[in-house]
Amino acid sequence: MTRSYLSWGRFHRFGHEAVRPSRDQDMPGLLGGALPHPMLAYGMGRSYGDSCLNDGGALIDMRGLDRFLDFDRDTGVLTCEAGVSLATILGVISRRAEPDALWFLPVSPGTKFVTVGGAIANDVHGKNHHGAGTFGEHVLSFRLARSDGSVMTCGPGENEPLFRATIGGLGLTGVILDVRLQLRLVSSLILEVEDIRVDSLDEFYRLSEDSLAEWEYTAAWIDCLAFGTALGRGIYTRARHAPAGTGPVRSRPAGADSGKTGSAKGRLGVPVSAPDGMLNNTFVKAFNAVYHRKLAGRKVVRRLVDFDPVFYPLDAINDWNRLYGNAGFLQYQSAVPDQDAYQTTRDQLGLIAEAGQGSFLAVLKTFGERRNPGLLSFPVAGTTLALDFPNRGNPTLDLLERLDEVTARAGGRVYPAKDGRVSAARFQASYPQWRDLAAHADPAFSSSFWRRVTGGHADHQDESPT
Amino acid sequence: MKNVAIFGATSAIAEQVARLFAAEGCRLYLVARRADQLERVAADLRVRGAAEVFTFLLDFDDTANHASMLDDCARRLGDIAVALVAFGTLGDQERCKRDVAAAQAELRTNFMAPALLLTGLAQRMEDRRGAVIAAIGSVAGDRGRQSNYVYGAAKGGLDILLEGLRHRLAPRGVAVVTIKPGFVDTPMTASFPKGPLWAKPDKVAGDIRRAIEKRRPVTYTPGFWRLIMLVIKSVPRAIFYKTKL
Ligand SMILES: Cc1cc2nc3c(=O)[nH]c(=O)nc-3n(C[C@H](O)[C@H](O)[C@H](O)COP(=O)(O)OP(=O)(O)OC[C@H]3O[C@@H](n4cnc5c(N)ncnc54)[C@H](O)[C@@H]3O)c2cc1C
Ligand SMILES: NC(=O)c1ccc[n+]([C@@H]2O[C@H](COP(=O)([O-])OP(=O)(O)OC[C@H]3O[C@@H](n4cnc5c(N)ncnc54)[C@H](OP(=O)(O)O)[C@@H]3O)[C@@H](O)[C@H]2O)c1
Repeated sequence: MTRSYLSWGRFHRFGHEAVRPSRDQDMPGLLGGALPHPMLAYGMGRSYGDSCLNDGGALIDMRGLDRFLDFDRDTGVLTCEAGVSLATILGVISRRAEPDALWFLPVSPGTKFVTVGGAIANDVHGKNHHGAGTFGEHVLSFRLARSDGSVMTCGPGENEPLFRATIGGLGLTGVILDVRLQLRLVSSLILEVEDIRVDSLDEFYRLSEDSLAEWEYTAAWIDCLAFGTALGRGIYTRARHAPAGTGPVRSRPAGADSGKTGSAKGRLGVPVSAPDGMLNNTFVKAFNAVYHRKLAGRKVVRRLVDFDPVFYPLDAINDWNRLYGNAGFLQYQSAVPDQDAYQTTRDQLGLIAEAGQGSFLAVLKTFGERRNPGLLSFPVAGTTLALDFPNRGNPTLDLLERLDEVTARAGGRVYPAKDGRVSAARFQASYPQWRDLAAHADPAFSSSFWRRVTGGHADHQDESPT
Repeated sequence: MKNVAIFGATSAIAEQVARLFAAEGCRLYLVARRADQLERVAADLRVRGAAEVFTFLLDFDDTANHASMLDDCARRLGDIAVALVAFGTLGDQERCKRDVAAAQAELRTNFMAPALLLTGLAQRMEDRRGAVIAAIGSVAGDRGRQSNYVYGAAKGGLDILLEGLRHRLAPRGVAVVTIKPGFVDTPMTASFPKGPLWAKPDKVAGDIRRAIEKRRPVTYTPGFWRLIMLVIKSVPRAIFYKTKL
C-alpha cells in the first residue's frame, strides 16, 4: 500500500512502499523477503530531514507496535514495543502514578510525539543532557529483527557491539521490536521554572556555568535576528522538579495522553499547509519581540508549572510544521566542542542574523561531559544550536553550507535527526565512526540520508573494516 | 470496576476499545485464537490500568466450545457487565463466488459463530439488568452489493439477529448495541488503497465506547456512514446496477 510518508520538515517528497505491521511475529517474515529492499523503520516522522525516509524503498511504520509489555512499579523498568510514543508513556505511567513512586522519562526531546524506537535510533537528548546524557544511556536492552530472519537481544554485555551500533544507528541495523527502559523517579510532575532574560551571548555562558549544577533542565531561546551587541539576546530557562507534594497548578498539558498526530482535544491545529508560508520575516520578528517581552521587562520570572508546556511548548499546536507552507523547512542543529563553543556560536548567530533567513526557533543548549552510549551518538561536550529555516531554495542551502564551515572549523558536527542536506564529505569527516556503523548495518536496510552521506549502500559495505 | 468481556480481543478495533476500558480500571476477559498475540495484548492492558485481565484461547468457528469458554468466563471474571463481539474475517469475494468452501467459511465466521456466541451470552446475561451486549457488524450488511455480498450477508444476518435480541432483552433492561463501522484502517484491510473515508481504529473505538455508555441501539462509525448508507440503500435498482459498488 502506498501512503504518503513525510519527515517533519516536509521538504523531501519521496515514494515508498509502506507497511504497518501490528504484530511483532510478523516482522521476521516481512524483513525476510515480503518487503522490497532496501527497508527502513519509520516512527512518528519527527526527524526533520531524510533520515526517516527511504526513497523508492520500503518503510515499516512502527506505530502499530505500540503495546506495553510490562512495568515494574518498584524498579521503574518499563518494557514496551518500539512504536510506543513518549506521550503515551507519560500519559499511562507518569500521569497515573502513585505520588510516592512517580516514574518519569529519564530523557525527553522537545516533542513527546516520538516513538521509543525513534528515540533510540537517533539517541535523542533533552534539556538535561548534562545530568542524564542521552536516551540510549537508559536503555537496558532491546530485541532487534534483522533481514536474515534472526531476532537478537542486545544490551550491555549481550551482543554489545550491535547494541552500541543500534543506539544512534539511524535505523540501519534492523528493526527494534521491543525495549527495556529504565525510567527515573522524580519528586513531582510540577517544575520549578526560572525564565531569565539574557542580553548577550556572554550572559548565556555565564548563566550556564551557574545553573548546571543545581538545575536539571536548561535551554535558551535565542532571538537570532538580533545584531551587534544584542547578538545572543534571548531567554534562558532553567527548571527542576518541584519538591514532593507541590501543586496542583493550573495547567493545560498539550494532548498529554494522546500520543496521536491527529487533532487531540485541547490542542490547536493547522489543518492544511499555509499557502506560501506564513512565517515570513515580519512575522518572525514580531514573534521574537513578543517572546522577549514575555518577561515584561523583568530580569527573572519564577513559576511553578506542569512539565508539559515547559518540555513541549510546540506540541500545543498540532502540525505546526505546516505553517511553513508546501516548500517545507529545514532545521540546522550543530554541536561544537567546549573550547571553541563561544566563538563558534557567535559566528553562527552572526551569519544567521546577516543572512536574514528568518529563524522561527533558535535554541541553545549545553551538552555535558558524558560518554556517548551509541556509535554515532550526536552530542559532543559543548554547545548545541538548533534553528528552523523556511525552505527558500538555494539561499537557504547556501547559508546552511556556510554554517557547516563554521561548525566544521570548530570540530563540530550536525545532527542527522535534523539534517536533510549536509554533504557526504562533511558527514564522514565529522563522524569518522560511520564505517563501523556501516559494518553493523543490515545489508537490506538503508535510508535516503544514508545513501546521501555515504554515496550508496553497497560500496561502503565492502570498504568497511570488520 | 466493570467486568468487560471481549471476544476477538486481538482485533485492531477491539484492542483500542479494550484500552479505553483498561484506562477506566475495568476487569477484562479476553478471548482470541492466537496465544502470543493475546498475551501481548493482555500485558499491554495490564500496564494501561486494567484491574485484572483474564485470557482464553478459542477459535470461534469451534462453536461447540463456546459454552465451556463462557463457563470459564463466569468462573473467573464473574457476571459480565459489557460484552463486545468483535471477531470477523473479510474473505475474498471473488473466491467466495466460485468456491463454496470459502463462502461457507465466511458465513461461518461472520454469522454462525457470532450468532451462536450471542445466543449463549443472551442466555447468561438476560437477568443482568443494566448489562450491555455489543457486536460489530458492518455497513456492508445494509445492502447486498456485487462486490462483497457474502460477507455482507453474514453481517446483515447478524444485524437482524441483534435487532431481535434487542427486542427480546429490552424489557429486561439489557441493552443490545450494534456497531456498523465503515472503512477502518486495520490489518483486515491492509491491502486496500486508503482514501479520505478511512478511519483509524482508535476513532472507531471511541465511538464504540460511547455507544456502549449511551446504550445506543445502532451506531454507524464514523457517524457520516449513516448518511452514506441511507443514500446507498435508497438508490433505485435500475441505477444501482449500473454501479460497481
Ligand atoms: C518539535 C521537535 C523537537 C525536537 N527536539 C529534539 C530534542 O530536543 N532532542 C533530540 O534529540 N531530538 C529532537 N527532535 C528530533 C526527534 O526527537 C528525533 O528525530 C526522533 O528520533 C524522532 O522519533 P520518531 O519516532 O518520530 O522517528 P522517525 O523520525 O520516524 O525516525 C527516526 C529514525 O529512527 C528510526 N527508527 C524508528 N523506529 C525504529 C525502530 N523501531 N527500530 C529501528 N529504527 C527505528 C528510523 O529508521 C529513523 O532512522 C525534535 C523533533 C521535533 C519535531
Ligand atoms: N476494518 C474494517 O474496515 C471493518 C469495517 C466494518 C466492520 N469491521 C468488523 O470489525 C471487526 C474487527 O475487525 P478489525 O477491523 O479490527 O480487523 P482485525 O484486526 O483483522 O480483527 C479481526 C479479528 O478477528 C479474529 N478472528 C477472525 N476469525 C476468528 C476465529 N475463527 N476465531 C477467533 N478469532 C477470529 C482475528 O484473529 P486472528 O488475528 O487470529 O486472525 C482478528 O483478531 C470485525 O468483525 C470486522 O468484520 C471491520
